[in-house]
Amino acid sequence: MGRPNPAITGTAIEGELGPGPHGPGAVPSNSARRSRRSRYAGRIFWWLIFLIGFLYFFLPLYGTLDFSLKSKPFGSAYTAILSDSGFVSSLGYSFVAGILTIIISILIIVPTAFWVRLKYPQLRPFIEFITLLPFVIPPVILVYGLLNTYNGKSLLPLGDSDTGLNVLLVAAYVVLSFPYMYRAVDTGLRAIDIQSLTEASQSLGAGWGRILWQVILPNLRTSLLSGAFLSLAIVVGEFTIATFMSRPAFAPYLNIVGDSKPYEQAALALVSFGITWLAMILIAVIGRNSRSQIKVTLG
Amino acid sequence: MAFLELTGVQKRFGEFAAVHNFDLAADAGEFVSFLGPSGCGKTTTLRMIAGFERPTAGKIVVNGADITDKAPNQRNVGMVFQSYALFPNMTVADNVGFGLKIRKRSKDQIKKRVGELLELIHLPDKASRYPWQLSGGQQQRVALARALAIEPQVLLLDEPLSALDAKIRVSLRNEIRAIQRQLGITTVYVTHDQEEALSLSDRIVVMSEGRVEQIGTPFEIYNFPSTGFVARFVGTLNVLSAKVIDPGAGTLEVAGQPIRAAKPISGGHAGGMITVALRPEIIQLGSRADLNNLSGIVDDVTFLGSIVRVRIKFTDGSGVISFDTFNNPHLAVPDRGTAITVSFPTEACLVLDQAEAAAAAAPEDLDAA
Ligand SMILES: Nc1ncnc2c1ncn2[C@@H]1O[C@H](COP(=O)(O)OP(=O)(O)OP(=O)(O)O)[C@@H](O)[C@H]1O
Ligand SMILES: [Mg+2]
Repeated sequence: MGRPNPAITGTAIEGELGPGPHGPGAVPSNSARRSRRSRYAGRIFWWLIFLIGFLYFFLPLYGTLDFSLKSKPFGSAYTAILSDSGFVSSLGYSFVAGILTIIISILIIVPTAFWVRLKYPQLRPFIEFITLLPFVIPPVILVYGLLNTYNGKSLLPLGDSDTGLNVLLVAAYVVLSFPYMYRAVDTGLRAIDIQSLTEASQSLGAGWGRILWQVILPNLRTSLLSGAFLSLAIVVGEFTIATFMSRPAFAPYLNIVGDSKPYEQAALALVSFGITWLAMILIAVIGRNSRSQIKVTLG
Repeated sequence: MAFLELTGVQKRFGEFAAVHNFDLAADAGEFVSFLGPSGCGKTTTLRMIAGFERPTAGKIVVNGADITDKAPNQRNVGMVFQSYALFPNMTVADNVGFGLKIRKRSKDQIKKRVGELLELIHLPDKASRYPWQLSGGQQQRVALARALAIEPQVLLLDEPLSALDAKIRVSLRNEIRAIQRQLGITTVYVTHDQEEALSLSDRIVVMSEGRVEQIGTPFEIYNFPSTGFVARFVGTLNVLSAKVIDPGAGTLEVAGQPIRAAKPISGGHAGGMITVALRPEIIQLGSRADLNNLSGIVDDVTFLGSIVRVRIKFTDGSGVISFDTFNNPHLAVPDRGTAITVSFPTEACLVLDQAEAAAAAAPEDLDAA
């Protein structure tokens, strides 16, 4: 953000170092003065943008915090939610669902995106469209479709049992994660020369499994991390599908709490926000560590 | 029997035939280059040997075994790519050891072999580096070591030096050749650089538009090109149009001056026009009674380092001819505008047929090379 605009810096250098009409030691030329002024203007502009973005992001958080602290006695909203077993269990449920979603999504998306890029590049727009469907189909439709398809009378009556519903929920979340995961992975694949890497591996005797696991996947680390972050954030905040499947997930719990205890709901929102961030940092650290671990064991 | 044999190998992409009837028999330990312009099918042929492309027709045999339908990871063929294609997530040692790990060698064995190979490519201290920490030349040497680690039956290199700068290109190509000789590994080397092909190869396959034009030693290819395409593509060439005087006697006229070819002219009749090619280094300054002589005005003098190339314009405006002379400090370089005569032996006249002549005349004649 504070990076100087190259065009502006360029003129400034020219004004200061160029062979000015007054020779060395002369007062700064007009053009130098002008460009210095425009550089300040540019800097102020960027700070303004940054400030607006910052406020947009943090004001609601601050408002929530302020509200949550209005409960009497001070901080009681926080002690109340932390002592409520529903909080831990629902957040835990959502996190487990999130982790499963990430794993399954990676297992589906990475080989697909790899194969499409390698063998059927002309299919890429089509695959991309399919992965974008969750943006087009409202969650309500998705959940009704799933519950109807897998109802008690179907061949696979997942909708009838808790376990079945859990499976359905994760399946739905996997679909929701597709747009993020596919785009992240596809961008990551573009950054590496997968054809040459694949062929080099093959000529050395590697099969498809090894190529994917030892060559492609490790080079997608950054993409997978960003895909995983987004997926986790979406799953933890997902309300509609979890509610309609009556799963004990976090967002429905948050909603129930809000009906009767507004301070607690605000506190919950903040705490869950913090925990989600922590989880993301954790994923990042794990991702980074597994790389340094490779370095250590090999080095 | 030949070690690597391609028999009637063809490759079509839909309607388009990228390779037509490719035949090659390379002996064990031989260094063969595929040389040709961009798009002539060199890479496609190489990829068929590696197994990345399936031939539309034909057979590929290595050491007596038909590998035409084998998967690339079953072939034991080493491949070096123009883009290096090192695994970015692995160290140099792990890149080189990758194939050995797949072959389930023990850790100690892998370590020992990787060490040997890093010695071979003169990078023994770079084992724990990552590819991005190496220069392009170093990366390509690691790629070579990685391909050699599995002791492949055949080593394939697809323009391995074209991403490197000129100095490294020469030193690395000598290194590749030395390693290849030392290991005695049968090698196929793809390049569009004639100098590379001429200096490295035991034999060169010159290709054009998916066809083999000529297979021969560098000496044969350069001195006895069998087609106009080869004559034009390998080395530099003067292309002159000549009027046939007596086809039986091989007498011709260039810019109104009589010359003689060593052989009768098969493709021409008296009074018709044909095309003659001449290598600039075979032409010498000064007239000689026993040779063909041509006179003109010095048009341009170009220093090319060890040689000096002089271009002569015919006075009737019908074209130019260039010749090379070795550079030395005492060389009396003719001035522009002076009239001089050059001479060359009758055998030096390569008579091109009409189609070849068209191809030969089309692109740059001399100065680009
Ligand atoms: N997968 C493919 N599908 C369709 N056409 C292809 C394919 N691969 C190669 N070709 C075509 O086959 C011809 C030969 O290609 P090839 O890559 O073998 O050329 P090359 O001799 O290696 O050229 P260069 O020196 O540019 O690498 C080209 O016209 C190319 O467009
Ligand atoms: Mg090629």
